[in-house]
Amino acid sequence: MTTLPRRINDWFDGKGWHIHPHQQAMLDAANHPATLLIAPTGGGKTMAGFLPTLSDLSQNPVPGLHTLYVSPLKALAADIKRNLRRPVDEIGLDIRIEDRTGDTTYTQKRRQRADPPHILLTTPESLALLLTYEDAPRMFAGVKRIVIDEIHALAESKRGDQLMLALSRLQSLAPDLCRVGLSATVEDPAAIAEFMACHPAKPKIIVADPGPDADIQMLRTEEPPPWSGGGGKYAIPAVLDQIRQHNTTLIFHNTRAQAELFFHHLWLANEDQLPIGIHHGALAKEQRLKVEQAMVDNSLKAIVCTSSLDLGIDWGDVDLVIQIGAPKNVKRLVQRIGRANHRYNAPSKALLVPANRFEIVECKAALDAVKAYDLDGEPKGPGPRDVLCQHILNTAAAGPFDAAQLYAEITTAGPYRALSPDAFEDCLAYCATGGYALRTYDRYQRLLEKNGKWQLRDPRATAQIRMNLGTIIDTETLKVRLKSKRGPGSGGAPLGEIEEGFAATLSQGDTFLIGGQIVRYEGLNEMTVQVTRSPSDKPRIATFMGTKFATSTQLSTRILQIFQQDSWPELPGHTAEWLLLQRERSRLPEPGRLLIESFPRDGRANTVIYGFAGRNAMQTLGLLLTQRMEEQGLAPLGFVATDYATLIWGLEPLTDPGPLFELDNLRQGLERWLAGNAVMKRTFRNSAIIGGLIDRMTRGARKSGRQATFSSDILYDTLRKYDPDHLLLAITREEAMKGLIDFGRVEEMITRTQGRIDLICLDGVTPLAAPLFLEAGRVPIKGLAEERLLAEEAERLFDDAALPETITKPRRWAVPF
Amino acid sequence: MNFHAFDFCGIGLRAYGAGALFWPHEETLVVSDLHLGKSERIARRSGQLLPPYETRETLSQLEHLITHLAPSRVICLGDNFDDLQAEKELPEQDRQTLNGLVAQRDWVWIEGNHDPGPMSLAGVHLAEFIQEPLTFRHIAEPEPHGEISGHYHPKTSLSLRGRHVSRPCFLVSQQRLIMPAFGTYTGALRCNDPAFAPLIDESTYAIVTGPTPCAVPVHGLRSSRESLGLR
Repeated sequence: MTTLPRRINDWFDGKGWHIHPHQQAMLDAANHPATLLIAPTGGGKTMAGFLPTLSDLSQNPVPGLHTLYVSPLKALAADIKRNLRRPVDEIGLDIRIEDRTGDTTYTQKRRQRADPPHILLTTPESLALLLTYEDAPRMFAGVKRIVIDEIHALAESKRGDQLMLALSRLQSLAPDLCRVGLSATVEDPAAIAEFMACHPAKPKIIVADPGPDADIQMLRTEEPPPWSGGGGKYAIPAVLDQIRQHNTTLIFHNTRAQAELFFHHLWLANEDQLPIGIHHGALAKEQRLKVEQAMVDNSLKAIVCTSSLDLGIDWGDVDLVIQIGAPKNVKRLVQRIGRANHRYNAPSKALLVPANRFEIVECKAALDAVKAYDLDGEPKGPGPRDVLCQHILNTAAAGPFDAAQLYAEITTAGPYRALSPDAFEDCLAYCATGGYALRTYDRYQRLLEKNGKWQLRDPRATAQIRMNLGTIIDTETLKVRLKSKRGPGSGGAPLGEIEEGFAATLSQGDTFLIGGQIVRYEGLNEMTVQVTRSPSDKPRIATFMGTKFATSTQLSTRILQIFQQDSWPELPGHTAEWLLLQRERSRLPEPGRLLIESFPRDGRANTVIYGFAGRNAMQTLGLLLTQRMEEQGLAPLGFVATDYATLIWGLEPLTDPGPLFELDNLRQGLERWLAGNAVMKRTFRNSAIIGGLIDRMTRGARKSGRQATFSSDILYDTLRKYDPDHLLLAITREEAMKGLIDFGRVEEMITRTQGRIDLICLDGVTPLAAPLFLEAGRVPIKGLAEERLLAEEAERLFDDAALPETITKPRRWAVPF
Repeated sequence: MNFHAFDFCGIGLRAYGAGALFWPHEETLVVSDLHLGKSERIARRSGQLLPPYETRETLSQLEHLITHLAPSRVICLGDNFDDLQAEKELPEQDRQTLNGLVAQRDWVWIEGNHDPGPMSLAGVHLAEFIQEPLTFRHIAEPEPHGEISGHYHPKTSLSLRGRHVSRPCFLVSQQRLIMPAFGTYTGALRCNDPAFAPLIDESTYAIVTGPTPCAVPVHGLRSSRESLGLR
């Protein structure tokens, strides 16, 4: 057992603290090449990560960079700096601690490169940027440790892949580097450990005592949840009650739009004027900081938030977490619950609020999963190649490199350990010549091979490479500011950002919600949306890009299992009756079978497919099926998809579903459909930016309205037409398949049901299908049906002319029970 | 092939969705800002390696129009090449396509700011071309009379029932017509950009390109001019 140096030990004693077992374990593993620590929030995780550094520096206080700390949030780096400074000063260690993020000043950054601190706190992007400088070998030569915080969050995105590539470079510069990953509870610690290790060296995993089980329940309300929708508005009185009973409550939502709407309604009902704030990623930085400061000062009773508060600063006084809407993913739920009560060994308290009737079942499934410690997560595929291309360019920016050496280095990174030499060659060729079938650029190669080393043809390209570095792609948004009374030039208070597409739909006088305020659109001034406060009571909701989470495979399976029960005493009465009625009228979906219902309504043939494959996959399924139904002359008119079902309506009923669900047919349809698809174009744009084909659009460049900006859509179309096998198109297909298209889960659904399809023909809507008719986000199909309806309408008009006018009442539909 | 027919200085013209102008009476086809060789020039200058197929695509679009309209004269309104070196380095296959098109009809190359000076291609090379009552030049001049020009690559944005559409457009005023860019990789400038302020007046409207070209008021123009302090 490694003992702490006396000074540090005395400091612990002075505080009356004992070193936690996992902190000791981290100390013992100080020289292990890669160690992953899994610990709950509040468990002294950060201290565990830094103890070996403090211990070493207190005994061997040599100048130079000793430890790097990387976190996904800039704010976290600044927070850690504060939290680390205090013990270091109290122990009396002479250690320099500095942070380096996008916000650090130019002069400070220069100084840090010449004279680095002992501990540098930074982000993956800033680290990758540092590695593109020629002096990186000198700066990093003596680095002993790197601590990666919230590694579970980084591992989910391309930022993590980029970080691991950067680490492979760093390890070449500092061969003795030890890696430490700090993670919240995850379903597969081994996968994260493999992700962060330097292959083929084996990583070590230390799991801290998870602490007591969370106290988690479904919120009981007097009013039952509505049949559809996701707002949770019905629960507002009950939520206000809970806020009153607790110190500080975090109210999590799955989307920003829902958070805005809920916050608005919460304020309308907030008769006691409880101090409640809102926090999400599209709000202006000033707004967010204000709310964060109020949190630290303990002056807020509640914060309505989104995943923007999933990570970050520890607030000790949060004693309740409320999740509005089904959590969609058990792992995220557990991590959110962990935000409450950041005291070790105190149970976290959380309430789930199902937003609609179906979500009651989903919340029940999530509760069961949390109790069974059954976390979910899709296995992560190999590292994306657009990130690899960027890494090759970044490496070239630092100086000439040897291809074989770089390949060897890259394959030490977890996500790229299985990268084939051919795949690497393709990426290198793309970086060098563009990788086109037409060899136009042999004269203007970006990278040249000289004396066995690859280097930039034009060294000035380094500036461009640095500007384009990173894997986060901003959506095109416009800033929203209150219109200043002093005239348009002098800019009022910033409120946040809205999507450019949403801004384009606004005309003067329109009102919308942002940051909990209702504002009136006044006009656009130099790419800034000017607004005034408005007393309107019918605002629109600003749309924000942002991922709509799909229900995980594991939760979907649990829901299907709940359906198999004989009765549901644990569910609220209304929900149990609803399921029973479905079983009587039709059937409940089963895990190994595919239930399809077919029934007429409003003169249309309706088909409901209970695929339980998550929203994105069910959406893709809807697109593919309607395409096939159009070919079969069934004249589909439109469809809508939820996490568990797709509803298609059209003129003719589906009678033979078998062939529709053959995997080959679906795949063929996918290839055709993918071609001109907007999802593909968006994915292409992202990969083209990450892969260095097109420049990142900075706000400045967009503001100046440069003519030189070409649409990535046109590049995509041209490439598809003239060079369909190009690397970037292959990457685009790969990325789209695992992202928004989520074809993997369609495949999983087909495999799970193996052609065991139950087509049930009924004379009307079933209980389980009813909510689908209220679902928003309907997708119209423009095809045969439109022309047929048009022809019928024309015929009807002629008939009407000859016949006496009949008054037809519009048929109204109500939930049939 | 859809077009929008309109009257300009007493002349009946057609605006085609691909961004070309046709003068039926004179059997004249006008295109502007082809920027041939743009990807090659970008590679040469910045090292950015865009798909090198845009010259081929632009020429195939032009060929398609010529086959359909059978013009006896074609006017290219300047910035025909992205720079003079791009003309010299035109790939052999593209040069043959272009020579084939030029050989069979009157061909007028107007010079632009990107390609001022001599070119080796057949056809007439001019600074401007006049066919009464119209004048064809690359950059618009202050007091125009029936002037047709290019250079600015205008585009306009529309909001159609919540759908945001942004497309290159023709800008038509009483005495001035500004063409959209025809080249495949040419970007565009919003027509509420300050650069357009001196070039438009109360009579100005836009013809949006695309599958069904149509005339629309210039979106957001007035308010942007006011915010700029212009009247």
